[in-house]
Amino acid sequence: MNLLNVIATGLREIWAHKFRSLLTMLGIILGVSSLVAMSAMVKGMELGLKEALAAMGGLEKIRVESQIELPMHQRHLQDRVKGVTMPDVAALKNSAPLVHTITPSVEIWGRGSRTVLGYKDKTARPFSFSGTWPSALDINEHVIEHGRMFNEVDDEMARAVCVIGTGIRDQLFGDPDITGEEIIPIGETITINRQPFTIIGMFQHYESEEARKERLARMEALKQRGGPQRDDNPWSRAKGGHFAFRLKNNTVYIPLNTMLLNFQSGTNAVSAANARLSSLQMKVSDIDYLEKALQQVRNVMMMTHQGLEDFAFRTDEDWATEINRTISDARMSGGIIAAISLIVGGIGIANIMLASISERVREIGIRKSIGATTGDIFVQILVESMVLAMLGGLLGLGTSYGLTQLIGHYAPSDNAPVITFAAMFFAFAASVAVGVVAGMWPAMKASKLHPIQALKYD
Amino acid sequence: MALVELRDIYKIYHLGGEEIRALDGVSLDIAEGEFCSIIGPSGSGKSTLMHILGCLDSPTSGTLKLDGLEIQNATSRQLAGIRNQKIGFVFQFFNLLPKLNVLQNVELPMVYSGLNARQRREHAMEALRQVELETRSKHRPSQLSGGQQQRVAIARALVNNPRIIFADEPTGNLDSHTGELILDMFRRFHREGRTIILVTHDPEIAAVTPRKIEIRDGKIAQNLDRTLAGLDREIALASHT
Repeated sequence: MNLLNVIATGLREIWAHKFRSLLTMLGIILGVSSLVAMSAMVKGMELGLKEALAAMGGLEKIRVESQIELPMHQRHLQDRVKGVTMPDVAALKNSAPLVHTITPSVEIWGRGSRTVLGYKDKTARPFSFSGTWPSALDINEHVIEHGRMFNEVDDEMARAVCVIGTGIRDQLFGDPDITGEEIIPIGETITINRQPFTIIGMFQHYESEEARKERLARMEALKQRGGPQRDDNPWSRAKGGHFAFRLKNNTVYIPLNTMLLNFQSGTNAVSAANARLSSLQMKVSDIDYLEKALQQVRNVMMMTHQGLEDFAFRTDEDWATEINRTISDARMSGGIIAAISLIVGGIGIANIMLASISERVREIGIRKSIGATTGDIFVQILVESMVLAMLGGLLGLGTSYGLTQLIGHYAPSDNAPVITFAAMFFAFAASVAVGVVAGMWPAMKASKLHPIQALKYD
Repeated sequence: MALVELRDIYKIYHLGGEEIRALDGVSLDIAEGEFCSIIGPSGSGKSTLMHILGCLDSPTSGTLKLDGLEIQNATSRQLAGIRNQKIGFVFQFFNLLPKLNVLQNVELPMVYSGLNARQRREHAMEALRQVELETRSKHRPSQLSGGQQQRVAIARALVNNPRIIFADEPTGNLDSHTGELILDMFRRFHREGRTIILVTHDPEIAAVTPRKIEIRDGKIAQNLDRTLAGLDREIALASHT
């Protein structure tokens, strides 16, 4: 008996009991669609998190931060703590070839800091306010869209210039979402803690891919709507998705020397050379040498700090590990739920197949009496079960699309679900496997029927 | 050489510790082209004999040769092949598959012998012509009368051109007129040279066959071949009544 015939027989049998088959398939449909939707959701989450990771400088970035507290065994040397200083930059440049783009910075973090930006009657608080070198642009994956970055001359002269993110612009000059047109405040003078600074550059607007799509759609809608401006609270929604993007948009950079001279009390032109920095940031040339590079930097700095461990390393490796763990946890828990519904679906199929063969004992007897072998009957029942599961699987793939759209509608923008081909393939394969497993026992039972007993059965 | 050779066939069942000898040492030869009936009251073992002859069941002991093949030790797979190729069954209750149409029912044995769709169709239509039902090929069994259903079953039995046709009470579920038509059909096939074995409890039906094997309590009680005995049909009938 060839396979085509067997499949046709199976389809006929399923068609003969349309409603029963549909109910049976429902389990598989739900299982497959939840498997695909779950995987799409996790994938969306993963993409969102990885995008944020890349926006923060990626895995190649190393931060060395000043530590005020020494480790326990060095506590008696507490009065000699200097933290990270400019001489470290020079030492690393000369002696640590595994890292490049070494960038010192003095950072004032957080919206709770006392940094206040002002323009006319408006004020704003940046997330991050740093005095740094022009190379901070490369380190932190910033892109200047308007104007220019300050350069070495600006730094040397400690000029009162700044480069801002779009978030600052939104707060001080107006949000294009609300005003309907983009304001480019290059050349404007704002105050930073009441000292005047000229804006010479502005970064591009950072956002996740999904947030960008959403924003463009909103802009389109705004254009069509026209009319008077709507009052829209910019803090009411998570603009730009992940925190990483909002952080970058709410950044102000000024030259390092300007920072040291204007904002660090008690620093003058001489002591600026040895002032304590918040951090050194640098990049590893090759991610495979991350461990070795860390060791190298550590060795150099232990020399310049005379053995004092008043610095600490921070990489995004932990963050990346964290992302991977979160993803695999989410995948695991979602997978278990989907697997359970697939198993329930499989039990449904096994149940209906058992019912179906006990209705068809006589048919099996007839088939055997005219020459069907045990194997023929086994294959017939197994294929029927598989066809049932596969139909369920295909329908499930169809509904998973709808389900994913539905979830996407409610999910935060940078977690928008992404259906992958692998997930669909896997879910379909799982439904086939469920069909095989569910059909095994009924098929065995049917094929073992003795032809005479089966023929006598009513 | 006989088409079927049975030697000392025993079929013993155990029911609740009790031994039931359904067949108790049956030896029998049936030659090619014979039309014979196996007759006996219910419980006599005639059905068991037919099942063993028809390779639906295997004997407890004894040897069985069918068309030169020793089959008492055949595997279930080999038995299925023999049933498919060498044997055609006609049952009392027709045993057609209700979900398939007439043509598909007749094609079924060829599905298992692996013929392609075109050959299956040709052979099935030919078999339906022999039972004069070629116009009903698209009907469901439930749309046919009992006699027509039995003719479909006969077409299905014929379609693989088997060496023997077994008919188990083929008229048992039909009125006497229709039954007569079915028996006529068997007679015609006999004249065409087919080997037919008819199982019945009805002496009137058994009377139409040249040879009559009577089973009682698992043993052959009478093995009467009127042609060999030199008796003509009239005498045989007279002696019977």
